[in-house]
Amino acid sequence: MYRKIRSFVGRRRNWTIPYVLFLAFFVIVPLALIVVFAFSNNEGGFSFTNFRKFWMQPEAMNTFIYSVGVAIVTTFICLILGYPAAYLMSRMEPKRAKLMVILFILPMWVNFLIRTLATVALFDFLKLPLGEGALYFGMVYNFLPFMIYPIYNILQKTDQNLIEAAQDLGANPRQVFLKTTLPLSTPGISSGILMVFMPVISTFAIAELLTINNIKLFGTTLQENIYNGMWNYGAALSLVMLLLIGITSLINSDGSTKAAEEGNLI
Amino acid sequence: MQQKIDNSIITVEKVSHAFGDKTVLDNINLSISKGEFVTILGPSGCGKTTLLRLIAGFLKASEGKITIAGNEMTQIPPHLRPVNTVFQKYALFPHLNVFNNIAFGLNLKKLPTEEIKKRVMQVLKMVGMTDYEERDVDSLSGGQQQRVAIARAIVNEPEVLLLDEPLAALDLKMRKDMQMEIKAMHKKLGISFLYVTHDQEEALTLSDTIVVMSEGKIQQIGTPTEIYNEPANAFVADFIGESNILNGTMLKDELVEFAGHTFECVDKGFKSSEAVDVVLRPEDIYIFEKTDVAQFSGQVTSCIFKGVHYEMMVTTPEDYEFMIQDYQSFVVGKTVGMRIKPNDIHVIRKERYFNSFEATVVDKLHIRFSGHSFKSFEAVKFEAGTKVTARINFENVTLDDNEENGMLRGVICFILYKGNHYHVTVRTENGDHFYVDTNDIWDYGDRVGIVINPELIEIETI
Repeated sequence: MYRKIRSFVGRRRNWTIPYVLFLAFFVIVPLALIVVFAFSNNEGGFSFTNFRKFWMQPEAMNTFIYSVGVAIVTTFICLILGYPAAYLMSRMEPKRAKLMVILFILPMWVNFLIRTLATVALFDFLKLPLGEGALYFGMVYNFLPFMIYPIYNILQKTDQNLIEAAQDLGANPRQVFLKTTLPLSTPGISSGILMVFMPVISTFAIAELLTINNIKLFGTTLQENIYNGMWNYGAALSLVMLLLIGITSLINSDGSTKAAEEGNLI
Repeated sequence: MQQKIDNSIITVEKVSHAFGDKTVLDNINLSISKGEFVTILGPSGCGKTTLLRLIAGFLKASEGKITIAGNEMTQIPPHLRPVNTVFQKYALFPHLNVFNNIAFGLNLKKLPTEEIKKRVMQVLKMVGMTDYEERDVDSLSGGQQQRVAIARAIVNEPEVLLLDEPLAALDLKMRKDMQMEIKAMHKKLGISFLYVTHDQEEALTLSDTIVVMSEGKIQQIGTPTEIYNEPANAFVADFIGESNILNGTMLKDELVEFAGHTFECVDKGFKSSEAVDVVLRPEDIYIFEKTDVAQFSGQVTSCIFKGVHYEMMVTTPEDYEFMIQDYQSFVVGKTVGMRIKPNDIHVIRKERYFNSFEATVVDKLHIRFSGHSFKSFEAVKFEAGTKVTARINFENVTLDDNEENGMLRGVICFILYKGNHYHVTVRTENGDHFYVDTNDIWDYGDRVGIVINPELIEIETI
């Protein structure tokens, strides 16, 4: 008996069993359930009712389009703010750059709900109105580090010889940036875009808190449906969102796999 | 020295450079003529790459002046200098294909597309890479990448092409082929090449002029034959080719004594009984069965076949070791006779005869130099605070394995085998050099403690 257990534990392959079980119960089964629920009507039969409803109902569709818009704008603002920050950090001496990275990442150690509630309090204190502006502020504030870090990482690893080669071939500082530094940092940019765009699409707490429920994002719609027992419709909406995220990562896959290989993803 | 001023394309005058407080280049003067192939040769860390980077403009000299094509360029950024560089690791742009890599410089100059295409195709043909223009640079072999790197530089028609150890990453066979190609390219282009390498054979093969550097200083400038046949000092003799370097004494003009024997030579103008270094190339010592014509004899201790010749180590009864190369081999243990023609004995004036430091007397028992207070029995003869010269013979400095046991700590930075002992240069933490004769075997980079016997420090007034 003892020897049997020993040989069972001794085999490396068996060590993965707990993880496989966990994965099956908490990832694969729920995903399968979402698909099943999405493609069935209230009576449990197979149907496309839920998708038809989404397509026909202007409210859900509009929220979806608006959410994608918010995600695009947020990602764009993060890129505009994040690239220069990453660039400046990559040119600093390593010690100072490390300190800056820590300062950027430090807020992430606080739960993001608490951070967002604090932002609400801050807006109240400064007598600023909550609403769309506050929503964008909250989104950018929360997701900016995810843009800065991958870009910083790739810029910092850029081969200094390539910069020198460009200078040597007659490029002035502006041309060095446009023709060498920027194209070489595209894997970092696409990895950053992916890491901001995907979570922004699905977040709902920030929108709820910072607009006092005035602006609804797709995540909110989803949450409401599930909350109100409309499981089938909710599952269909989740599937739509999953599809969108899937498409974004596919478009990005070239750059992001390269970035992931170099350990850029946090 | 030839007069090169009128014809020079690059002049480097009194250039010094330091990283922090470490001096890497010390008062460099160099002039490169139009169309000349100049090689900067030296061991790693001698400052050769720094000098190249100063000329390319990636570094700005702390002191001195650099002129390129008649214009002062010391502080000018690299993109405004009429030189192009071939980097050691090629530094090809991974986001561009071969064509766009080569066209990079021409695109920046905004030349017409047709012209760019024509010129890129021309250089591709020249480096033997026609039909590769659409290829991804990552898909090329090391040798091919090197060709693209050269093409990318020469397509801009620079006044001078700078090459920073361009062949270091290639294997031996490839390196030999590329050497020939670079030489042919130089002839065809007619521009000056400034080539940096640590490979003495490469330097001898390629160059019109070789600049030998060590420890941030130029040791010798000359043609390959001059450098090989008339090395200016023991470092150059040791670094270029194989040599036997021995301590000798110049008895009178054309008569030198070393290894316990007296030899006729062709050098004159030394003081009577002046201590000198004697350089003998291993191929210049004749080795044969012991007969009356032998000037000295010895016993073969090792014999290695090197392809064309045999390399033998021979120890004389006086305990000096010689390296000898000959087409004929002698078995280990055999007693052989040797002879050296007067013409083949190269006598070099010694750079120094003992360690010498500027020192201050601290008290009756101590003097201070090189940042440390040393015990010295001669200090009693002087007033405290007197400025003096401390003199220590090479054999009176002892090196200790354990850094902590020394009065000073240092790193071995140069080792010269003198036939029966080693002449070792130790660089201390504050940049001073101690020269030591020792029988112990040390390695480059060994950390040692320096110990000096108080009885053996001689003190002289300045």
